[in-house]
Amino acid sequence: MKFGVVQFPGSNCDQDCVGAINSLEGATAEFVWHKETSLDAYDAIVLPGGFSYGDYLRCGAIAQFSPIMQAVIKDAAAGKLVIGICNGFQILCEAGMLPGALVRNRSLRFVCDMATTRVEVPHSPFTIGCPEGTLLRLPVAHGEGCFYADEETLRELKQNRQVVLRYVDSNGNAVPEANPNGSVENIAGICNAQRNVFGLMPHPDRACDPRLGSGDGVKIFRSMMEAVAHEGAQAA
Amino acid sequence: MKMKVIVTPKAAVLDPQGAAVLEAMQHLGMPGVRSVRIGRYLEIDVDGNEAEVEPRLHELCRDLLSNPVIEDYELAKAEEGKK
Repeated sequence: MKFGVVQFPGSNCDQDCVGAINSLEGATAEFVWHKETSLDAYDAIVLPGGFSYGDYLRCGAIAQFSPIMQAVIKDAAAGKLVIGICNGFQILCEAGMLPGALVRNRSLRFVCDMATTRVEVPHSPFTIGCPEGTLLRLPVAHGEGCFYADEETLRELKQNRQVVLRYVDSNGNAVPEANPNGSVENIAGICNAQRNVFGLMPHPDRACDPRLGSGDGVKIFRSMMEAVAHEGAQAA
Repeated sequence: MKMKVIVTPKAAVLDPQGAAVLEAMQHLGMPGVRSVRIGRYLEIDVDGNEAEVEPRLHELCRDLLSNPVIEDYELAKAEEGKK
């Protein structure tokens, strides 16, 4: 299974993503420069964290118009798995591939911490093997990670079970103290209605080795591998 | 032709920067300040006549210069010699 990790000018977690994925048996990851126009060679797409275009104007505002994004949009519409991590999540929202927006943290501070998140959906291509209620410890590092959506959008997100991850305390409760950035309803990650595009502020790419404090990020990448393998088996 | 764009956070969106400035203003002796919203101001110098330029700029205001999910914008012609 091949992951394409898109590099925008200012991406800085691209190396983490490629390193994390290449450490998984059966997975390879390659860099894809944002000026490229095709992602045909890849089974899944990663938009990594960082500060694409220096976060000028708004986070992800300029990256959404990079040439590669046409391929991301086209492949996502065809059902390919796309994961946007941190700045990648911001880009997906700016591009309109995910609803809502990510705004300045309520504290006005950059947060760099380990967060506990809870899987909120019974199944998704990104949480295979993590039943609803599973806790995942993943680091966060962002200044603009406060998820905002208007009431109607929020209602739809919940109705369609598109909220994939929430910030919780160590007991698994989505309390305000567990919310690192002021996100509405402690939302840490959402998917689109088709469930093949996933955006999250925490970094699974930085949690793929227990020596780094958590290996829970592996579960998300492995889930994507399983989903792609399953799809391949069905098509065959 | 000079155009100006003012982008502000929508009323429903929390503006923590505005809230912090509001508090500072009150602290500095202006208790009557009720609300502060912090946005972005752009000055754009562009070739072409207003009839062509304005509709295109409105498109770009929606697509790039503001995010309609969280922000409103105003586009206006800048008066020469004035901001």
